[in-house]
Amino acid sequence: MNLTLKVWRQDGPEDKGRLETHQLSGVTGDMSFLEMMDVLNDKIIREGGDPVVFDHDCREGICGMCSMFINGEAHGPGRGVTTCQLHMRSFKDGDTITIEPWRASAFPVVKDLAVDRSAFDRVIQAGGYVSVNTSGETLDANAIPIPKADADEAFNAATCIGCGACVATCKNASAMLFVSAKVSQFALLPQGQPERKRRVTRMVEQMDKEGFGNCTNTGACAVECPKGIDLSNIARMNRDFLSSSLTGE
Amino acid sequence: MSSSGILKSSIAKKYAMALTGLFLCLFLVGHLLGNLQLFIPGEEGQTAFNEYALFMTTFPAVKVLSYLTYASVLFHLVDGVVLTMQNRKARPVRYAVEKGSANSGWSSRNMAVLGTIVLVFIVTHMQNFWWKMHFSEMPTQMVDGVALKDLHTVVLDYFNPAVNSMAAAAVALYVLGMAALGFHLWHGFASGFQSLGVRHETYTRWIEMAGKAFAVAVPLAFASIPLYLFMTQG
Repeated sequence: MNLTLKVWRQDGPEDKGRLETHQLSGVTGDMSFLEMMDVLNDKIIREGGDPVVFDHDCREGICGMCSMFINGEAHGPGRGVTTCQLHMRSFKDGDTITIEPWRASAFPVVKDLAVDRSAFDRVIQAGGYVSVNTSGETLDANAIPIPKADADEAFNAATCIGCGACVATCKNASAMLFVSAKVSQFALLPQGQPERKRRVTRMVEQMDKEGFGNCTNTGACAVECPKGIDLSNIARMNRDFLSSSLTGE
Repeated sequence: MSSSGILKSSIAKKYAMALTGLFLCLFLVGHLLGNLQLFIPGEEGQTAFNEYALFMTTFPAVKVLSYLTYASVLFHLVDGVVLTMQNRKARPVRYAVEKGSANSGWSSRNMAVLGTIVLVFIVTHMQNFWWKMHFSEMPTQMVDGVALKDLHTVVLDYFNPAVNSMAAAAVALYVLGMAALGFHLWHGFASGFQSLGVRHETYTRWIEMAGKAFAVAVPLAFASIPLYLFMTQG
């Protein structure tokens, strides 16, 4: 199929950036979106140009590196998939595809389509961990009884790959879905209880410090999330934040 | 975390938005029940409405509620402006293509605009009735030898094309204000519960349904009054 691509080009964080138009032919429906980008870069390099920079790693939909805003949607038109798992059969011959980076002040553009998502790392560092005794007398996790429903809920929250699609798609660039998933995966388990109150207040504090927007419950994040993280996590974080603020240290 | 830190947090601002918003939903119910007396015909309706207006402006407990309502409106407004400004700042460069309709409802994306229309309505509405009732010369109605401020006649005349040449515009603004309120509530009612962390596998669906029913029924009932007065008078 033949495509018209409008790709965001930006030389660096300070550059203003612009959309660059490319005509691309020879794309097949079985290619993933990233493979299509490889074909584009191959063409650009052959013509002596500067290839488009974009993030990618596992190309199996589990690492959370790929991050493209395709035709107005995070990870494109597919549901429950990352950009690497989006196939070109989702598009038609002659389509125009606009490709932009995640846009948020907390995710500055590094170059072209690659953005710096270390704000997420700093939110995790603020409290997204459990302190486990590693002295050799650590209790086997499987020896701690946990209700099946709680284990499942915690696991669902833990499937968040931190790609940032929630921030990218939110009209307020809010990180609430990501942070709430990282709060929930511990809040639901006994191992997460000792630091539960400290965790939620510190992570929310760091989230605000990074300059993410505020949640207005549009629900767009949950729809676009490639891992199906749902809004009940945000409600849980809101509850935990309230009780921690009233009773926490 | 210090208590000032909590108040500055994004989630606390959402609690405030939710609490004031849901309190204002209660206010809407009370206000509507009072307004429905305008459907009572003749002198009986006039007396009922004017006695009710006197009660609402003088009874101490109602006074407390009314100050709470003013405070809620102002807080909801200021908090909303602060949140919106922060949200704009969080995305300084807009997308060239953004397909919001693919993943979210129209009202949820336009709460600030809808709220602004509602605010314009509130200002004109208070100027027309609240200001007159509290601070300006009013016609009176004699009931059992007592002169009551005749808000009933003020309201009827305001929406009477034979008395007020701008009655059609007044009705149109009222209906527009109520439409904006309806869309604002369509998202806002259930959203308030979510912000407060009230979410349940089964009952959240009920809250959402109740919110949508509320968003349709309440503004519709409000708007039906000026429409009725406009069409039956003059």
